[in-house]
Amino acid sequence: MEGAHVKRRGNRTLLALNAFVAILQRDITVTGREFIPFLLQALMQPLFFLFIFGKVLPRIGLASHDFAALMLPGIVALTGMIAAMQGVTLPLVLDLGFAREIDDRLLSPLPVWWVALEKVIFGAMRGAVASSVIFPLGRLILGNGFAVRTDRVFILIGMIVLTAFVGSTIGLLMGTVIKPEQISLMFTLIFTPLLFTGCTYYPWGALGRIAWFQVLTLFNPLTYAAEGLRYAMVPPMNGHDFPTLALHWILPALLVSVLLTFLAGARTFYRRVVT
Amino acid sequence: MATQLSNGRHSNNTPAISVTHLIKRYPKSKANAVDDVSFDVARGEIFGLLGPNGAGKTTTIGVLTTAILPTGGAASVMAVDVARDPIEVKQRIAVVPQQSNLDRSLKVREILTFHAAYHGVGRKERETLADKLLNELGLGDRKNEKVTRYSGGMAQRLMIARALMHEPDVLFLDEPTNNLDPQSRLFLWERIRALNAAGLTILLTTHDMEEADKLCDRIAIMDHGKILVNDTSSELKKMIPGGTSLQVRASAPLEKQAAIRERILSALNSLGGVKKVEVLDDTEESEPNSLNFHIYADGANTLIGPAAGAVLTAGAEVRDLSVKQPTLEEVFIFLTGRHLR
Repeated sequence: MEGAHVKRRGNRTLLALNAFVAILQRDITVTGREFIPFLLQALMQPLFFLFIFGKVLPRIGLASHDFAALMLPGIVALTGMIAAMQGVTLPLVLDLGFAREIDDRLLSPLPVWWVALEKVIFGAMRGAVASSVIFPLGRLILGNGFAVRTDRVFILIGMIVLTAFVGSTIGLLMGTVIKPEQISLMFTLIFTPLLFTGCTYYPWGALGRIAWFQVLTLFNPLTYAAEGLRYAMVPPMNGHDFPTLALHWILPALLVSVLLTFLAGARTFYRRVVT
Repeated sequence: MATQLSNGRHSNNTPAISVTHLIKRYPKSKANAVDDVSFDVARGEIFGLLGPNGAGKTTTIGVLTTAILPTGGAASVMAVDVARDPIEVKQRIAVVPQQSNLDRSLKVREILTFHAAYHGVGRKERETLADKLLNELGLGDRKNEKVTRYSGGMAQRLMIARALMHEPDVLFLDEPTNNLDPQSRLFLWERIRALNAAGLTILLTTHDMEEADKLCDRIAIMDHGKILVNDTSSELKKMIPGGTSLQVRASAPLEKQAAIRERILSALNSLGGVKKVEVLDDTEESEPNSLNFHIYADGANTLIGPAAGAVLTAGAEVRDLSVKQPTLEEVFIFLTGRHLR
């Protein structure tokens, strides 16, 4: 019997990488099979937001017509972040709580924290896909109101990916901290503030008149994601770039958020699976 | 997958599992869950860990399968230290847990092929092996379903198939036949024996005495984190003082029965090593002129001759003599007590 793994043993890094890829393939296979439900789950809320705030409110005169262009990046950020979080948190809470389906992966020949890393990467893929689908749908819903500058497309792609990682790392931390019985309470307690203090429905620069709130929003990584996407998407108005948080604040803030949240999440993950 | 080829790193004489002075104390816990436990499991052995709930069996398995870090002592599997090199250990072991942890998002066959992929088994090899194992375990015609439709017995069989997909050296079975119907239980016992015959070392936990008795080469009984005894089933049964007993059935004419019974009784009581002699009430099957005795003694099997002599001398006929062995259950209760956990 040992003959079998003498063949496979070889290079351990290679073996671990191979296990990592197989686990990622498992997640992709499963999501691929439920792609439509996944899209519905990720897109229902943003689509209605776009419709009400981008179409209905401007039409009845309660918002300006530029509002759609300012809100679209916020919706892209929020959608990507939430889709990434959902891809990690809920499965993890259930898995660590009682389903234990993850045990099979934890018994694979790779470091335990790589299993957490896989969750984060997979969650980020979900987030990036969900964000991207907002563009064609936004065009459909907003019609003429759809306005995105095209000269910063690489920054746009980078921001979408980074935003998705912000979401999936938060998802990892939440998924390893929350107990199944607390799930609905914790979602409300964490989700709601995250949602409304993240500069998704308003640009950060416009908060100058409510300084305390403007400062508060800086503690929410979603603020940087939304502002970064505004920087990449909002077309110049009257020859001026729309004012956003500076890129040299946005990028480090997002990277630090991803790194710290991942380290904290991987730590609690390890403690949950190896006692 | 039977042969134990030496890979040059260690000889075949090293035990498959070696546990020395293992201690596990969970944070915030007052007592050690595993308290200075030592045992070896030889290659090719089926080793049973028995004990009441909370005895420390699952914690011991947890340490050996790298899910639990030891507080003290050491444990190794196939000469690889579980705390120092868990990834190496994971390649050599497979675990079948108490409760199903099968991947409910995948189809049955995929559960096997993905498991093998995690362990680096090549695509062709894993496809072939999956079909072979599914057929062997009687799941071949339901391989494209999801496990949510599977019965407990099928899930258990599938977990065993999954465990075999990466050809481990040591298989851990945590209460493998708990909650299974008799058919599934018998089937699994057969499979476990066959796997063992093919060279797989097996460590199983159970509180099914019959299972331990029938399957295990050696049995360790655990309680309160300690191993109380560790031996073969037949040796364990010798532990109960006066555990073996001799049943004697004699027959005597009805009119002399009372007198003969008294004579036999006193003769039996005077035999060496006898602790107690019971006269059994007439049972339904017994004929009207039969006399039944139950002799408790150390080494009751050595009393067959003298007991027969006592019956004959008293003027009765010997109808039947049989030695009754204690069950493993009696040993278990003797060691761990009757109180509920």
